[in-house]
Amino acid sequence: MLSTLQPPRSLSLLPLRRFRNSKTIVSAASSTTSVISPPQSQILTSRRSLLSGETTAVEIAKSYLSRIRLTEPQLKCFLHVSENVLKDAQVTDQRIAKGEELGPLAGVLIGVKDNICTQGMPSTAASRILEHYRPPFDATAVKKIKELGGIVVGKTNMDEFGMGSTTEASAFQVTANPWDLSRVPGGSSGGSAAAVAARQCMVSLGSDTGGSVRQPASFCGVVGLKPTYGRVSRFGLMAYASSLDVIGCFGSTVADAGMLLHAISGYDRFDSTSSKQDVPEFQSQFLSMDHFESKPLNGVKVGIIRETLEDGVDSGVRSATQEAASHLEALGCVLTEVSLPSFSLGLPAYYVIASSESSSNLSRYDGVRYGNQVVAEELNKLYECSRGEGFGGEVKMRILMGTYALSAGYYDAYYKRAQQVRTLIRKDFKAALEQNDILISPAAPSAAYKIGEKKDDPLAMYAGDIMTVNVNLAGLPAMVLPCGLVEGGPSGLPVGLQMIGAAFDEEKLLKVGHIFEQTLKGSSFVPPLLANVP
Amino acid sequence: MSTTLLRTFQPNQFSLLGTSLLRRRRSNNFTVRFCGSQTTTTHEAKQSSPTRVAPKNHKSNKLDEILRDYEAVIGIETHVQLSTLTKAFCSCSNNYGSYPNTSICPVCMGLPGALPVLNSKVVEFGVRLGLALNCDLSLKSKFDRKQYFYPDLPKGYQISQFDIPIASGGYVDLDIPLEFGGGHRRFGITRVHMEEDAGKLLHSDTGDYSQAWNLYLNRAGVPLLEIVSEPDMRSGIEAAEYACEMQRIARYLGVSNGNMQEGSLRCDVNISIRPIGQAEFGTKVEIKNLNAFSAISRAIDYEISRQALLYNQGKADQIVTETRLWEEGAQKTVTMRKKEGLADYRYFPEPDLPEVILTKEYVDSIRASLPELPEAKRRRYEATGLGMQDVLFLANDFSVAEYFDAVIGKGAEVKLTANWIMSDIAAYLKNEKLSINDIKLTPHELAELIATIKDGTISGKIGKEILFELLAKGGTVKGMIKAKDLVQITDPVEIEKMVIQVVSENPKQLEQYRSGKTKLQGYFAGQVMKMSKGKANPGLLNKILLEKLNAKD
Repeated sequence: MLSTLQPPRSLSLLPLRRFRNSKTIVSAASSTTSVISPPQSQILTSRRSLLSGETTAVEIAKSYLSRIRLTEPQLKCFLHVSENVLKDAQVTDQRIAKGEELGPLAGVLIGVKDNICTQGMPSTAASRILEHYRPPFDATAVKKIKELGGIVVGKTNMDEFGMGSTTEASAFQVTANPWDLSRVPGGSSGGSAAAVAARQCMVSLGSDTGGSVRQPASFCGVVGLKPTYGRVSRFGLMAYASSLDVIGCFGSTVADAGMLLHAISGYDRFDSTSSKQDVPEFQSQFLSMDHFESKPLNGVKVGIIRETLEDGVDSGVRSATQEAASHLEALGCVLTEVSLPSFSLGLPAYYVIASSESSSNLSRYDGVRYGNQVVAEELNKLYECSRGEGFGGEVKMRILMGTYALSAGYYDAYYKRAQQVRTLIRKDFKAALEQNDILISPAAPSAAYKIGEKKDDPLAMYAGDIMTVNVNLAGLPAMVLPCGLVEGGPSGLPVGLQMIGAAFDEEKLLKVGHIFEQTLKGSSFVPPLLANVP
Repeated sequence: MSTTLLRTFQPNQFSLLGTSLLRRRRSNNFTVRFCGSQTTTTHEAKQSSPTRVAPKNHKSNKLDEILRDYEAVIGIETHVQLSTLTKAFCSCSNNYGSYPNTSICPVCMGLPGALPVLNSKVVEFGVRLGLALNCDLSLKSKFDRKQYFYPDLPKGYQISQFDIPIASGGYVDLDIPLEFGGGHRRFGITRVHMEEDAGKLLHSDTGDYSQAWNLYLNRAGVPLLEIVSEPDMRSGIEAAEYACEMQRIARYLGVSNGNMQEGSLRCDVNISIRPIGQAEFGTKVEIKNLNAFSAISRAIDYEISRQALLYNQGKADQIVTETRLWEEGAQKTVTMRKKEGLADYRYFPEPDLPEVILTKEYVDSIRASLPELPEAKRRRYEATGLGMQDVLFLANDFSVAEYFDAVIGKGAEVKLTANWIMSDIAAYLKNEKLSINDIKLTPHELAELIATIKDGTISGKIGKEILFELLAKGGTVKGMIKAKDLVQITDPVEIEKMVIQVVSENPKQLEQYRSGKTKLQGYFAGQVMKMSKGKANPGLLNKILLEKLNAKD
């Protein structure tokens, strides 16, 4: 169907490469033939062509918008596409024409997860209870993006309030995985991940409470960066679990994700939990391959987490992870196996803490001051009906679980116990990161699964978060980047490698990730969908 | 924050408030309207004149007998609204009486994505009050969320402190006024904690039959300190005096205006009674809606009588754990809601706010900046020899005490100063409905006035006359004496001249006097005083007058 549509004119300048249509398992180190050049930063590529006058911001914006028009009917990544994209791009072009200094994100097209407030633009967290809600202010991250010249393309689909791992829990639409339209893009930031994978935008913002940036990045074959808790202001992020939530970044390259992170990082006086730690200039880490030494990661200590490669992890995922580890070794890393004894305790602790906090955070959605108020006969009914009709099933389930866990008589057994587990997990990570520069693991136990496959089996879906939740409990930074493909879909399914760093050491993740990505031979992580879109 | 946020914050512009604002009200349905643009009448508690509590009116003798067998156990929770410039967790201004829903922002409205940021003044005021109440301070405390649903609570939880309050384990000393039996008391303070106020939900005056309510959020997020007392009080008077002392301390510290009518000081009373000698507490009842100190006292007396009568009639089981409302008009308490078990507020640590860490240096610097507190003042005044009535009068009001201290600081005699303030100045303030801060008479001039009378420059009578002019218009004592030529005549020669003149001008009266009608001395004295325009020294005048009247020609 796509091929029948008129291809947009200016797509040629986009850094897209045709995907090899192979059904065999292709993983990182197994392919030796390298006809594919390393992935290029969309941000830097577009900046170069803007500055050289080769093209204009409006032309670039048009090309992305036309790709949205072509692919959106299948993918359904966006809940809202901004009507001001071209107008914003014009402003960039006017600045270039006047010779004014350009912000680092000038003309960069950015998708924003729908639970991040955008002034005057719908922001619903994919929930009926906030249908048509338009915030009167920008989230700090969005404000920074706009100040640096970035253009908000639209609001991306997600699991309602971030509760889910497939984006099927959106109240409005189901997003498809660009690698296989019958599969989920992961979640909860599925729309943001799929939009970047399908090149509907250059980069995007997501939020990560238990893996909501990293798992969809893995499913969609893009880079997903979850910063340290406190690195990015949460002001304007609709809270799911306040002590775990962070805003994260998606990009088709490590450099893109890193540059977006740099733009949104830093202390914010409107968020008391944001950190005053300095934000280093990440960009120096993104050297081109010509500058690499033969063993560019010589001496970097990498710990592979034993518990993440045990039973319950797909064999394809396991071998992709192991081959990624071999690739890191080839780059000069010192690889050791580490054990995190508390690893398996993380998942139940996470679901207790996240549900408890969410039961409280979602109390404000009562239909009294904003959102849909259901007229009722008396006060309790007003609450019951407004919330009953406004929230979806998954959200209600978690509110109930959280309310239960915080109730008198159960608090110690659940919430307090989970906090104790959290302390253990922190300690284990700290010890492992004293011995190693970074830790690696798969991003998820499997590649993307079918839409509907786990919809009626929440426990199976929750189990898929096992690789990622511990990192949120410990508040550490982590990045997922594509490391291989496993069988599935028309042309294989991407698998992500998770790299976990010490608190506030995103720089090391970006350095290792960039070199890993640029030297990874044989795979190009462009979904087959785009083979039909010129 | 509000300055930056409010600039972009236009209610309705993004249909933010539209759904609840513009909803068409159907009759018999419950709606909550968020009001941004209409004036409304605020419901203020009517202050009725004090009347005696109902049960005491009837069979008071019998009741007194019954009451003798029981002891009341009373504890008070006091909410003190802090007079910070901005709210507790956002930078909206904290102004009582602002136009409805004008002092609000995304944070205090509980909009999605908004986060609280603690106003450091709240901590400072918490520490001040904690120290003033002789509490131990928690150098590391935290905030917790207290969760319940009500339309006036925007976030669905109140940010409060649960298991680690900022201050705990203190006490307060006070003196019971003489007219209530007098005596010194010490009441324990269980804890002081920081929290935020809720908004207000009021019936809208629509005239139709729908249950429409209006929501006002100016008060939402205003900082409070909640003071919980030990159950140490035994009578309505003790409880009222305790509440009074809380108001006094809050005002002395400058942490609150303590105004009960505006709701800046709110007291909830917990009360149970038990037969004297019994160790266990009886069933506890909570009383709310106490808008004046007199209401506290009378509500408690009413409740003691009600519960004692029930006990006495063998109906103790009818005393149940409940919240009762004081009805000022009917002068009685009525059931507001019965509690079925304890409410579960599902407290848990507020994840949006870091712990509150106090350093010893910080606490010490605040301790050093505390003013002299009411109890210390009372003891100091008492030590100067003033009676307890004077002591309480002067120390009760911070401004009066400040004025008094300033006057005696200028060297004025303590007792004389107290008399001037408590009699003539107090009467003037009462008549003119003024506060002592409004008068034009400076402490320095009052001290001057007292000294000028004492050294005989002017008479006490003239002193009083010029006092009122000084109070109303200001000026100096010296200047006024000079301008009005008020200096007392103490020259015997001058007085003698006037006496001679008066005596010679009234031969008839002189004759009557000398024939035994000695009461006429007053008449002569009056005439001389009149001639001197009140300036003659009365002692000298009388002495000379007597000499002349009794002189044998």
